[in-house]
Amino acid sequence: MHAWVDERLTPEQLHAVEAQLGQHPAQHNEALQWRSQADALRVLHLDVLQEPVPAHLLESAQRISTYRHGVRQWTRWGGMAASVALAFACGWWGRPALFPDNELAQTSRALNKGFVQQASTAHAVYAPEVRHPVEVTSAEQAHLVQWLSKRLGRPLRVPDLSAQGYVLMGGRLLPGDTGARAQFMFQNTGGARITLYVGGVTDASPKGSQDTVFQFSNQGSNRSFYWVDHGFGYALTGALERQELMALSEAVYSQLGAP
Amino acid sequence: MPPRQLHEQIPGLRRYARALTGNTWAADDLVQDTLERACSKWRLWLAGSDLRAWLFTIMHNIHASEVRKLVRQQQLAPTGPWEDEAQQVAEATSDNDIRLDLQRCLMQLPEDQRSVLLLVVLEDMSYADVARITSAPLGTVMSRLSRARSRLQTLMNAPAKAGPSSASAGADIVPLHRSR
Repeated sequence: MHAWVDERLTPEQLHAVEAQLGQHPAQHNEALQWRSQADALRVLHLDVLQEPVPAHLLESAQRISTYRHGVRQWTRWGGMAASVALAFACGWWGRPALFPDNELAQTSRALNKGFVQQASTAHAVYAPEVRHPVEVTSAEQAHLVQWLSKRLGRPLRVPDLSAQGYVLMGGRLLPGDTGARAQFMFQNTGGARITLYVGGVTDASPKGSQDTVFQFSNQGSNRSFYWVDHGFGYALTGALERQELMALSEAVYSQLGAP
Repeated sequence: MPPRQLHEQIPGLRRYARALTGNTWAADDLVQDTLERACSKWRLWLAGSDLRAWLFTIMHNIHASEVRKLVRQQQLAPTGPWEDEAQQVAEATSDNDIRLDLQRCLMQLPEDQRSVLLLVVLEDMSYADVARITSAPLGTVMSRLSRARSRLQTLMNAPAKAGPSSASAGADIVPLHRSR
């Protein structure tokens, strides 16, 4: 049951366990609760991963390298660490204020802001990942789409961005504050990665607007376009120029909007 | 040990320590102790083996001995030090509110259950790795995981909030001492 919750089963095992869970509703219910508990835990203190590492910790870590690599290496690494820390700090302080004090009056805007912020955080966390950039790779695209559709509770589609030079790497499930979210990751031949973050958005249509509006958000080196369409919120994020990202967003929108 | 490899581990160690201790300063102290211990014992690390698991083992051992020390001194308040955290995010939003609640419930788990749950879920470590890191048999790890999950679920389901604080009350100041 834990292996089911932690999604560590082979397809055959998964089949067997789900068959068993189907016969034991109480257990099934508990397993589902554990899974959403795990989803909540996985985003706990996610922001710590993005914070610049305090200087005293970098110093502690440098002592190891001093022992082994001598002073020259130390200075070189010190400079590099400082620039990394500086880059992090710039990104961090350069971010727009996320939650202004009087945001409550503007629920809808706040919702979008929260959505795009979560998309941006998810991008920042997973796009640089080397070993596990995605949970399910594009090799299992059918399974990926089926699985994420099931978890988001509505049918999802993945856009094809090969005409724009981007190939699907895969996707993952993420928790958002109004339910499950899906992240699809694409990469071009230069290694640049963009992510499409998708989730059900409930409160976004009180304006009665028929036109989809692309909104732009700039978070450090990453930029996002986000929009709401048929009850789904989308955010496309990448370290690209605004125009390039806009063209990609339009491609995504026109493919997913088509009936 | 290439220094870069070590530096790459620091953010992950900090996050785990934060969830484990529920306190920003205690967490960074724990990370610092871990890095210093790793530094003095780096010869014991086998190049090419899993650096992350090695560092988490060191951190686990330091934390476990600190907790034992605290218990001996009978200073381990049942509520834990998460109030400090509450103070820091006093200008909190609803996101922080939820996070705080989860952290508060986590702090009510026994130490050994909390670390197993966090290693499995937060760090996505295999059950076998968790057994090695916590130097416990696999069966013990699994039963700690079960108890942690059941208990956390009970705590999360309990009506923990004293006020009408809900997702819509994001601008409210987070109460520092919640009654349960």
